[in-house]
Amino acid sequence: MNPLWLTHYTATSSIGRGLDQTLSALRGLHSGLAPCRFDTVELETFVGEVTGLEEVKLPPPLAEYDCRNNRLAWLGLLQDDFQLAVRNAAEKYGRHRIGVFIGTSTSGIFQTELAYRRRNAETGALPADFNYRTTHNTYSVADFVRRCFNLAGPAAAVSSACSSSAKVFGSARRMMEAGLIDAALVGGVDSLCLTTLYGFNSLELLSSEPCRPYDAKRNGLSIGEAAAFALLEKSPQHEDDIVLLGIGESSDAYHMSSPHPEGLGAKIAMQDALHMAGLAPSDIDYINLHGTATPSNDAAEGIAVQALFGRNTACSSTKGATGHTLGAAGGMEALISALALKHGFMPAGINTRQTDPSLQLDYLLENREERPRRVLSNSFGFGGTNCSLIFGISS
Amino acid sequence: MKLAAYIEGIGLLGPGLAGWKAGENMLRGESSYQPQKTVLPPPSSLPAAERRRSGALVKLALAVGLEAIEAAGLNPADLPTVFSSSGADGENCHAICEMLAASDRQISPTRFHNSVHNTAAGYWGIATGSMKNSSVLCAFDASFCAALLEAVAQVVVDNTRTVMLACDTPYPEPLFKARPIPEAFGLAFVFSPEKSASALARISIELTEDKADSMEGQFEALRASIPAARGLPMLQAIAMRKDTRVVLDYLDATRLALQISHP
Repeated sequence: MNPLWLTHYTATSSIGRGLDQTLSALRGLHSGLAPCRFDTVELETFVGEVTGLEEVKLPPPLAEYDCRNNRLAWLGLLQDDFQLAVRNAAEKYGRHRIGVFIGTSTSGIFQTELAYRRRNAETGALPADFNYRTTHNTYSVADFVRRCFNLAGPAAAVSSACSSSAKVFGSARRMMEAGLIDAALVGGVDSLCLTTLYGFNSLELLSSEPCRPYDAKRNGLSIGEAAAFALLEKSPQHEDDIVLLGIGESSDAYHMSSPHPEGLGAKIAMQDALHMAGLAPSDIDYINLHGTATPSNDAAEGIAVQALFGRNTACSSTKGATGHTLGAAGGMEALISALALKHGFMPAGINTRQTDPSLQLDYLLENREERPRRVLSNSFGFGGTNCSLIFGISS
Repeated sequence: MKLAAYIEGIGLLGPGLAGWKAGENMLRGESSYQPQKTVLPPPSSLPAAERRRSGALVKLALAVGLEAIEAAGLNPADLPTVFSSSGADGENCHAICEMLAASDRQISPTRFHNSVHNTAAGYWGIATGSMKNSSVLCAFDASFCAALLEAVAQVVVDNTRTVMLACDTPYPEPLFKARPIPEAFGLAFVFSPEKSASALARISIELTEDKADSMEGQFEALRASIPAARGLPMLQAIAMRKDTRVVLDYLDATRLALQISHP
């Protein structure tokens, strides 16, 4: 592929608003996970909640988009001068020449969950203030972001569960290589809601403690929420811009909610990303694993990673810090990979005490102060959807 | 880069439209179009357990996708896919929201995994064995064109055949009032980068701000009320076997202009 440059990016999650806080949390081995106090949820689990969303106000012309997910998107867009970067790009390329591709799994469904508590007792109707298009609909967040900047190029929400905001890079690449756009605003936004909390609970996949990816005694995931955005351009704009080198996308064709036991689909995605980047497994210095901390995910991914990379490639899952941010995870972890490349370290997988002896990998329990030159980031999801991204750095 | 692809197969299922052959005659005006409830065939390509768990959207996607691939004489296991739906499985979403608003919030695992927007893509993989890339998009009323653009870009950039599916099913009340999609409607295309013996038409796409085409009578009602049916003017042009330009509704003032020719 022709390399694509991450000329600006920003991330907001339970470990911080913006890149500085995110970096400092990763450096300090800080986790954003806390016992779940979200809404009326009564589940013994931990969540990575972004605090202060109650106070976030959307820009008045876009008030009808108000819901937890779009508030999180807006809070994310307020960090790291990201808005200025997008406005400059719109001026440079023209607003028709910038695409918007945002990954989300549940968008503003929480708004509908709340509306169902306020149905008319006689007719069953939803309250009059409920706006399906601007909140619940999967496209709502992409639409909101596009309207924030008055962009007029192609746009879509990518919604393939937990691979969504990794796959946005694939959509952007195709549109840019096809010549339809000169730049793309990509990202992922997913927020806490009852559907995912009670849903993962029904599958017995929620841990009752902060999640412990790749631990011998891992017992499930912790759900988080995040907003991650990046501006992709065809040439670097700064000396140390991060570059997207390869993307691999595949399907398990196996089961709706369990990964292929040998991680076959995951392996294909990683191989395809390497192939597109023109790299060998030994060229990868660090792998940001999908690592949800469910027994089956980590086993399948671990087998696939070992089959392809052997035992000596440094790797970790950063979900012990952020929780599993679902549709935002691919974007969030792409940007953690970017921070690792830019600041010259490999982040530890925190909360994990003893790595699973059956998964023989160089799993980092402490930050490693070594500069990776190329990083691979994995994102897999329900429905057997897989996406691997490879990033590098200019110099 | 010219954004063009050959169509090798078409799948169609909607109210009174049972397959491309029947629909083609109606779109050409050779037989009359009578809207009636969409009849979804049982998803016989799925294993028994998944067949029981699959909802209307899955049945619709399998029906139109496999119709298009069969017409093209291809094996679905070899083909990457682009799915779009403006709202995924509405019945399932309603059931979950109802349970979460009640005192007992124990939704079932099946309900939960059917709630993802890529539920049809997941079942598709199980039914066809395809391990190829599958993209799943939503753009509200623009979902058809979002998928069309993604699929044709993939055909051209990655030089690969690609199946595109746009499928919508109705929400029950009370969500129906907030999002009134009247009927299940699905469209599928097999696109190829090269002309083959099975090529039905060639399309070339560009972005435009020209006014979108509307249709006549009942077809216009269908086009305007179901996002996946926004592609009907394209189908009609193919049915008429006339080389023509069609403009489809996409996002606000941004629309897609299609040059359709017949090889």
